[in-house]
Amino acid sequence: MVLTKDEKGERIPLTIADSDAHAGTVTIVFMEVGKTTRELGLLQTGDTIMSLTGPLGLPTHIENYGTVVCVAGGFAVAPVMPIARAMKQAGNKVISILGARNKELIFWEDELRSVSDKLIVTTDDGTYGRKGLVTEPLKEILESCEKIGLVVAIGPSVMMKFCAKTTQPFGVKTIVSLNPVMVDGTGMCGCCRVVVGGQTKFACVDGPDFDAHQVDWDLLAARQRTYVEEEKQALESWQCRCGKYS
Amino acid sequence: MNLNRVQMPRQEAAARAKNFKEVALGYTPEMAAEEAGRCIQCPKRPCVAGCPVNIDIPEFIKAVREGKMAEAVTVLKSKNALPGICGRVCPQETQCEEQCTLLKQKASVAIGRLERYVADWERQNKAAMPPVAPLPSPTGKKVAVIGSGPSGLTTAAELAKKGHTVTIFEALHVGGGVLMYGIPEFRLPKEIVQNEINFVKSLGVELVLDAVIGKCDTIDEILTEGYDAVFLGTGAGLPMFLNIPGENANGIYSANEWLTRTNLMKAYLFPDYDTPLKVGKRVAVIGGGNVAMDAARCALRLGAQEVYIVYRRSEAELPARREEVENAMEEGIIFKFLTNPTKFLDDGKGWVTGMECVQMELGEPDVSGRRRPIVKQGSEFVMNIDTVVVALGTTPNPLIAATTAGLKTTGYGTVVADETNCKTVKDKVWAGGDIVTGAATVISAMGAGKRAAADIDTYLKRQ
Repeated sequence: MVLTKDEKGERIPLTIADSDAHAGTVTIVFMEVGKTTRELGLLQTGDTIMSLTGPLGLPTHIENYGTVVCVAGGFAVAPVMPIARAMKQAGNKVISILGARNKELIFWEDELRSVSDKLIVTTDDGTYGRKGLVTEPLKEILESCEKIGLVVAIGPSVMMKFCAKTTQPFGVKTIVSLNPVMVDGTGMCGCCRVVVGGQTKFACVDGPDFDAHQVDWDLLAARQRTYVEEEKQALESWQCRCGKYS
Repeated sequence: MNLNRVQMPRQEAAARAKNFKEVALGYTPEMAAEEAGRCIQCPKRPCVAGCPVNIDIPEFIKAVREGKMAEAVTVLKSKNALPGICGRVCPQETQCEEQCTLLKQKASVAIGRLERYVADWERQNKAAMPPVAPLPSPTGKKVAVIGSGPSGLTTAAELAKKGHTVTIFEALHVGGGVLMYGIPEFRLPKEIVQNEINFVKSLGVELVLDAVIGKCDTIDEILTEGYDAVFLGTGAGLPMFLNIPGENANGIYSANEWLTRTNLMKAYLFPDYDTPLKVGKRVAVIGGGNVAMDAARCALRLGAQEVYIVYRRSEAELPARREEVENAMEEGIIFKFLTNPTKFLDDGKGWVTGMECVQMELGEPDVSGRRRPIVKQGSEFVMNIDTVVVALGTTPNPLIAATTAGLKTTGYGTVVADETNCKTVKDKVWAGGDIVTGAATVISAMGAGKRAAADIDTYLKRQ
């Protein structure tokens, strides 16, 4: 989905974590990082936002691959959830790995467990679950005798990049969900250009799912840094105005 | 005969290159009366046929001359629902004014400036206008218009005036299409665009925003939801890139992104508005059309020190409106003709830092009728720039065609539709504007909207 909080707001893409057609709701989970996400975090039930559009992009391809490993980095457990659930419903054995920096950032653990045959939880600092990065249990699974049909990895770009590097020697197909900067989200501006297999693609309409082994990760990381200064400026200026330092 | 065309007062070049306020300031009542008085009201009236929507030009000009402003508005708006926009962005010099009887004396009546004057008068004097004629009773027929740019707004307005129930579906969070995201504030103030949209809504048209047809709903789903006809006015919003090495470096934008951030999201007001735009010191805009001029003039106003238009043909072949080229030159934009980029260089940290170019020379005309640019061997050189805007043109976003069974498209991605009545090969579906012609003008999109509305109306009355 692409949403805009108010007339002066920016358009930002966030993934649908869940939806209820009868109730007419969509569930979106986001990390409070900059000005817009912190403003959204201050909203209360009953508040409104100016604009919400979607679903945009191509849906994740669901198929019976046999066994699927779903790797979720931090709050990206939100977009992983519906994929894990759909893979399970399609007859896959689902092994999920949920990793975060520390215990406080572990989210939707029970939800992910409920749609997985097996769940491994990791924290970088060992304050919860197994100490280490998600790539460690991922590598162990691939090294075991179990035949893995597909790996789905969603999280911060660097995490997805290292999951791709981990699965590549094993030749296991790996899908990632790319998150470049976006403006319209409908294919009109090219801000979200990524290079996959040497070709320029628009993540908003050709993705967000792409073959992880074909992605130019360095380019994605560089383009994601385009507005680092402006993001800092916007956040600081907002925090000054609201007197909020968090 | 008065052969002295009244000049349009404009903001002075050095000052206006630093602000986003409108460049053309508009005629005073005295200027308008004087210019209107120059029209000799010739019996042949060739100007009317030169207008894509056939405005009754001599009639509205006569009303201005006689000070009958409300009448001028009524005459103008009977044919053109968006005169405040057309008066500003139409290329009248190749349309009505090119047909003017006085052209032979190099003194065409400034029809566009008068149109703008009348539209602006109406906006500022709403209370002085007679009440609008009531709409006919509802026909009970429903039409879905996809896209709220000039073709969609015109189609919707014309159909609403005939009593049909119209819903416009717009993908973005504001209506207007290129009028809002493409054409800059200093050429077309957004307040005027909103005013025109409000007029269309006042006719009973419903505008649904955030509706990406092809994603949220398909055309076929819309037809099963009780709409009797559909008009496709989704424009040409897919940007073209050069496809040369280094084009994905930071600091290289499509003109769509550059203009959308600036005009639609008001990046020039960052951080008051949240959307930023990174503008370097030396900006190169690749292309020579109106969009390239707009992008270059935005770059100046956004704080660039040097702005270049880099165009592979010569000045004579520039497709942009002459008026906009002159405005750009006056504002200090540097034109590098017969120049084509071949590669972008970056600084090792992912930012563009230079552009390798070659010089061109002109050969025989190509399919567009313009002389073909040929690379001059051994002419390679490097331009030091830190921002690039690629303004080569746009084609239709493939989403509609990809999700609509039975539509015929061309190799360029445009939808095939009849020129006279805008009918596509798909039952109950019409199309007009840039989605059919490729990127063109606001007024030609409006002309298509009128033709489509007339044909849709005929069709609905037969049902």
